[in-house]
Amino acid sequence: MADVEKYLRAHTLPHIWCPGCGHGTVLGAVVRAVDRAGLPHDKVVVVSGIGCAARGAGYLDFDTLHTTHGRAIPFATGIKVANPDLHLIILTGDGDAAAIGGNHLIHACRRNIDMTVVVFNNNIYGMTSGQYSPQTPQNGVATTAPYGNIERSFDLCSLTREAGATFVARGTAYGAVALSRYIEQGFKNKGFSFIEAISQCPTYYGRRNRFANPVKMLEWQRDNSVSVAKAAKLEPAELRDKIITGVMHQSQEPEYTDLYKEIIAVASKRGS
Amino acid sequence: MTDYKLMQGNEACAQAAIAAGCRFFAGYPITPSSEIAEVLSRLLPQVGGRFIQMEDEIAGMAAIIGASLTGVKSMTATSGPGFSLKQENIGFASLTEVPTVVVNVQRMGPSTGMPTSPSQGDVMQARWGTHGDHPIVVLSPSSVRETYNLTVEAFNIAEELRLPVVLLMDEVVAHMREKVLLPEAEDIKVSNRPQPEPGADREGYLPYRHTEDCVPPMASFGHGYRHHVTGLFHDESGFPTNDHDEADQLMRRLYDKIERNRQRLQKLKEESIEDAEICVFAYGSTARSALRAVRDGRASGHKVGFISTATIWPFPDKAIAAVADRVQKIIVPEMNMGQLVREVQRHACGKAEVISLPKTNGQLLTPDEILGKIEEAL
Repeated sequence: MADVEKYLRAHTLPHIWCPGCGHGTVLGAVVRAVDRAGLPHDKVVVVSGIGCAARGAGYLDFDTLHTTHGRAIPFATGIKVANPDLHLIILTGDGDAAAIGGNHLIHACRRNIDMTVVVFNNNIYGMTSGQYSPQTPQNGVATTAPYGNIERSFDLCSLTREAGATFVARGTAYGAVALSRYIEQGFKNKGFSFIEAISQCPTYYGRRNRFANPVKMLEWQRDNSVSVAKAAKLEPAELRDKIITGVMHQSQEPEYTDLYKEIIAVASKRGS
Repeated sequence: MTDYKLMQGNEACAQAAIAAGCRFFAGYPITPSSEIAEVLSRLLPQVGGRFIQMEDEIAGMAAIIGASLTGVKSMTATSGPGFSLKQENIGFASLTEVPTVVVNVQRMGPSTGMPTSPSQGDVMQARWGTHGDHPIVVLSPSSVRETYNLTVEAFNIAEELRLPVVLLMDEVVAHMREKVLLPEAEDIKVSNRPQPEPGADREGYLPYRHTEDCVPPMASFGHGYRHHVTGLFHDESGFPTNDHDEADQLMRRLYDKIERNRQRLQKLKEESIEDAEICVFAYGSTARSALRAVRDGRASGHKVGFISTATIWPFPDKAIAAVADRVQKIIVPEMNMGQLVREVQRHACGKAEVISLPKTNGQLLTPDEILGKIEEAL
């Protein structure tokens, strides 16, 4: 087992997450990926927004920045552009990334700026006690959807792929080992990497949606996961309510800060 | 050698930013501030700096805070609607003590308002726009040359005190072209933020230590300190706290920063004040009309004086109290419904009559209008 304790701030633990929450598992997958990818400890900056997932930044022993709701990506963009030698990891939730921060997400994809975004998708606003998010399934029950949610969700992997991300993958808290591999691949991609981590919120989603306990939620993740390869052979109807897992997209495109270095080279020759 | 230039306020602001050491700009297009972004998109890469046009105003403010955390001096520029959008992150910079410069070229509001017309309607928003108590410094130039000086000052104050500084321009100053003689690079004083001693022990580093001067040294991201920055109330270590005493101590230190430096932040100009019975108090482009009116008044034999301030916040309270002791009336012309006049009233304490001269039709106040008010008050 990798020595990941060196990446944790022991004095900030125990964490604030509820018993049975999937976020600790996902955070574990992140730090194991950092270790395997061999990212230099003092050159990693972890940036987060607001919400349960965002509190993960405080537990990690890197330079860490806990920002405003939805804005982790533009804060990280400023860091990366100002100092391209730093490795940026963004920890965000489904409300943080897909609702209030949705605009920033698609534009960072478009720029193909080198950073890795991990969305802890638990289908609910947990920190504020269970309002529906853009990732709450249709018919799911939430404190602000007492009669069932009528809104459709995003397919975040399709969204980010179409917006220009050069690495896109989805994993689950149940499949944490595979998830960690995807995150590692994201770190190694020179460009914008997006990993959707399906997590579980037993307190505010599970209890209202007929999951008797956290184990049932993990079993649901296990039983409904379909690999990308298998999904390619199935009809859309067969994939309803399934979690397609694996690397969804990978491509080589020029990276933003590399392109800007060329601007500096041209501009400094031209002078004023 | 004298090298005069014909320059717009926005251009002077951009040039001064480079001279002050700004090496990162993030913003979003908006009239009447866009020239600042345009000029910096050209100049920054020439000096190894970086420019990025963000997807919205909020992102622009977020990005400059991020960049500043890496040790790079950073700025954004906007106007009314964009300034409103940036407020939440201005509060973040305030609580996390990240040096940043925010230029707001005021245009007529509220809402979309009159985008190409001048205003001084954001005086109170610049002070209180973000939620919660917070310290902030706001500077307002009245000429192209002063825009240059105050932009450099905005960076210096932001760095020295670790806080966001607002450069509150108005559309007149931003778009007016004037002949200016810029200072030589060696004559420009440039300040840098306090940093931990080289080789300082990471373990002992407290990013929010309550130092005597109230400005704790700031480590840059990527330098091995591995510290935490959060918009939650935090203790000296930077980690969140719900301890009420800690919260109280932090808030008081943030305010003490300003209180201890009031003298250094004061930027007043006076003319003909010695024997004045009426004083005109103004700021921004209105100060130009005010000075003209006072000089015309003097030429007509009126005992009228002039006082202007480039630092709006912290408000020059003692200076106004002293003026109120000496004159009978203080006239305050502003391109708004009367915002800073209330601060003048507060500090005049009834010792002088304070007369508001508001104008909010998108036109600047003319010397004749101010002179008319002086003559009315005689």
